[in-house]
Amino acid sequence: MSQIGSFALLLALGLSAYSFLAGILALFGRDAGSMRLGETARRAGIAAFGAVLLAAVVLVLSAFRDDFSIAYIFHHSNRELPAAYKFAVLWSGQEGSLLFWSLLLGGYGFVLRLRYKTDQRLFAHASVVIAAVQVFFLMILNFAAHPFAIMEGALPPDGNGLNPLLQYPEMVIHPPMLYLGYVGFTVPFAFALGALIMRYPGEKWIHITRRWTMVTWCFLTIGVFLGAHWAYAVLGWGGYWGWDPVENASLMPWLTGTAFLHSVMMQEKRGMLKVWNMWLIFSTFLLSMLGTFLTRSGVISSVHAFAQSSIGNWFIVFMVLTLATCIFFFVKNKSHLKSEHKLEALVSRESSFLFNNLLLLVACFTVLWGTFFPILSEWVQGHKVTVGAPFFNRVAVPVALLLLLLTAVGPLLAWRKTSIDSLKRNFLLPAVGAVSIGIVMIIFGVRPLEDPSYFYATMAAVLSMLVIFTVISEFIRGGRVIAGKSQMNLFAAMAHLWHRNTRRYGGYVVHFGVALVVIGILGTPFNKEVEKEMGFGDKINIGPYTLVCQSYTQEDNPNYGNEWAIINVFRGGKQVTTMYPERRFYKSSGQPQTLPRIYPSFKEDLLLVTDLYLVYEGINETTGRPIIKAHLNPMVPWIWTGLIVMVFGTITALIPNAAPVRVTVPARVEPQTVGAGD
Amino acid sequence: MGAGDDARFNKIGHSMMCTCGCGQILLECNHVGCQSSDKMRNELIAALDRGDNNDLIMQGFVQNYGPTVIAAPTATGFNRVAWIMPFVALTLGMAFVVAVVRSWKNKPTPALADGITISDGDELDDYKRKARKETDQ
Repeated sequence: MSQIGSFALLLALGLSAYSFLAGILALFGRDAGSMRLGETARRAGIAAFGAVLLAAVVLVLSAFRDDFSIAYIFHHSNRELPAAYKFAVLWSGQEGSLLFWSLLLGGYGFVLRLRYKTDQRLFAHASVVIAAVQVFFLMILNFAAHPFAIMEGALPPDGNGLNPLLQYPEMVIHPPMLYLGYVGFTVPFAFALGALIMRYPGEKWIHITRRWTMVTWCFLTIGVFLGAHWAYAVLGWGGYWGWDPVENASLMPWLTGTAFLHSVMMQEKRGMLKVWNMWLIFSTFLLSMLGTFLTRSGVISSVHAFAQSSIGNWFIVFMVLTLATCIFFFVKNKSHLKSEHKLEALVSRESSFLFNNLLLLVACFTVLWGTFFPILSEWVQGHKVTVGAPFFNRVAVPVALLLLLLTAVGPLLAWRKTSIDSLKRNFLLPAVGAVSIGIVMIIFGVRPLEDPSYFYATMAAVLSMLVIFTVISEFIRGGRVIAGKSQMNLFAAMAHLWHRNTRRYGGYVVHFGVALVVIGILGTPFNKEVEKEMGFGDKINIGPYTLVCQSYTQEDNPNYGNEWAIINVFRGGKQVTTMYPERRFYKSSGQPQTLPRIYPSFKEDLLLVTDLYLVYEGINETTGRPIIKAHLNPMVPWIWTGLIVMVFGTITALIPNAAPVRVTVPARVEPQTVGAGD
Repeated sequence: MGAGDDARFNKIGHSMMCTCGCGQILLECNHVGCQSSDKMRNELIAALDRGDNNDLIMQGFVQNYGPTVIAAPTATGFNRVAWIMPFVALTLGMAFVVAVVRSWKNKPTPALADGITISDGDELDDYKRKARKETDQ
């Protein structure tokens, strides 16, 4: 099996290298020979995907066949590993995850090369760029991190097993989503660089890549949030975001990608920000690479990072070469990127996009700065310092609040120019509603001036509600116009409005989701926790809950042994649920894993939902009784709800617009078409 | 510990890192049998019981465990740069965007082909009012 895998990887490298070199040669000519050469390059790119797919299938099959002669399988699998996790073996280690990167890139390239007739020359340029990236990954796979390396010496009877932290259902989904996001940004990057190289006229490349970018962004969003949820549900520390360098690495391309999704609208609609957009997508791609580099180089210590290895140097060389290529073609062809329009007014959608981009980039810079400051400190001061959550929370939160304010105000601004009167008219009611929420919070005992975290929480609540109210008001306002002219009821009119401009209203729904996420985060300062050793019948009181230990026990199965407690949860004297916090000990790796149990109080609290989060900390060896830690985390379930709303909004934004309909109008009035602007 | 000490324990414990290599905040480390966090928590409780002030407690931890025990850069020496830079970036960025917006606003309008005129000023506002009236109704 390993020979087939190794051969497939070598073949893939050869085909990708051909696709790259022949693709470049073909771009120089426009004669029939060059066309034929270009076609062979395209087909080689498609075939390379087949070869990488074969290698990936061989690796997964080797995991299923418990082929421990392959070192990667020995290190990341074992005989008792459940089948679903044997799939996850593909991305659970350094070599396999690089193969997975290459597979996804091949898949994206495959789709792109099949759709080449949209614009053959632009697609040929993009195909060459993708082939270049693919060559880089396949070189690493063949020469530096070979997934089919053979074990030396006697064949081991069993493998080391998959890292226990990865043996969780979400781990089968989280890395592929994150990788689809990281890798997916290669496509808009390839089109952008291709368009720059060939001085592509107009904004068609942006129209072509818009859906790619949105899909990629959606995958990255899901990946980032699944990672947060995994940390929450598996790591057992009661939080979901620790500002770990690897978490930060996934956040940075998300921030620049979000900026790109916004600013690209200015190029589409007004022919502005061409240079800016070009560099935004270049930066997003490079940050995706930086994220991959961070997890693999060992340059920054992280709980997520793979083992230290020499492949960091490969990434540095690749990133430098990529940056140099971008700079070269930018300098050569920058005259092609002149803006076509001027800004007409400071209060306009255009300027709000500029400030939105600024804040997203400052947020990205802050995360980058904090992530790399320990290295800088070591260079300058001779010793490392820790840059952890307290730093990021204090520095990033003000920027995030400003961003939230713009998210609320931005959609109310018109393109070109907005009169202050219309801004007041559209903004007044949402603002009154949002401020009322702040007042209600103060009435119910939140003291914003008592502690900075309470101040931030209050501001975040007010601004999130402002976003939600402006989104609702925009739907109602647009719906009323349609309802007034077409005799539909308001809800049907709003649905119709949404369908007529899916991008705009899908975007508003994404904003709504973002506001829900912020509402979920703002509960953090109000978290509570209690830790106690619990014997039979012992109680913990936390918030409105009384936890009673009914029993505790242990079990054994082929993959792991476990201990858990049975905790009855009472609220207002009535039992609401039973929870089973658990701790496992995996036999092959000898590593423990905590499995917290979470009870969200949707039924009891609805909007002010709180997670009751129980962790089995371990056993007091003297008394033999379990130590249970209970957390009360207000509002956290809104984070995951917000993600679902964001994904739903993105999917609806991808649906093509319905054609404007001619509405029924009273006699003696000219028929008119109702359209929706963006 | 009294009620006030509980709050201080919580605050200081959340501003320090566990030194076992888990990369977690001291009071959030939940590793089975983590020797570092249990020991550090006990040291923190002892310092609070002795009546040490926050600075003294932090200094003691830095002496014992090195500067990486503090979860965020201190506001001293070169570490100040860590705190200042994001706000410098925000300020410079704001200034840059304002300058860009102004320069764009002052950019001359491209010449139009003969016979084409663009409404401006009151005339344009009238058109906009009419359009708004039609869409708001």
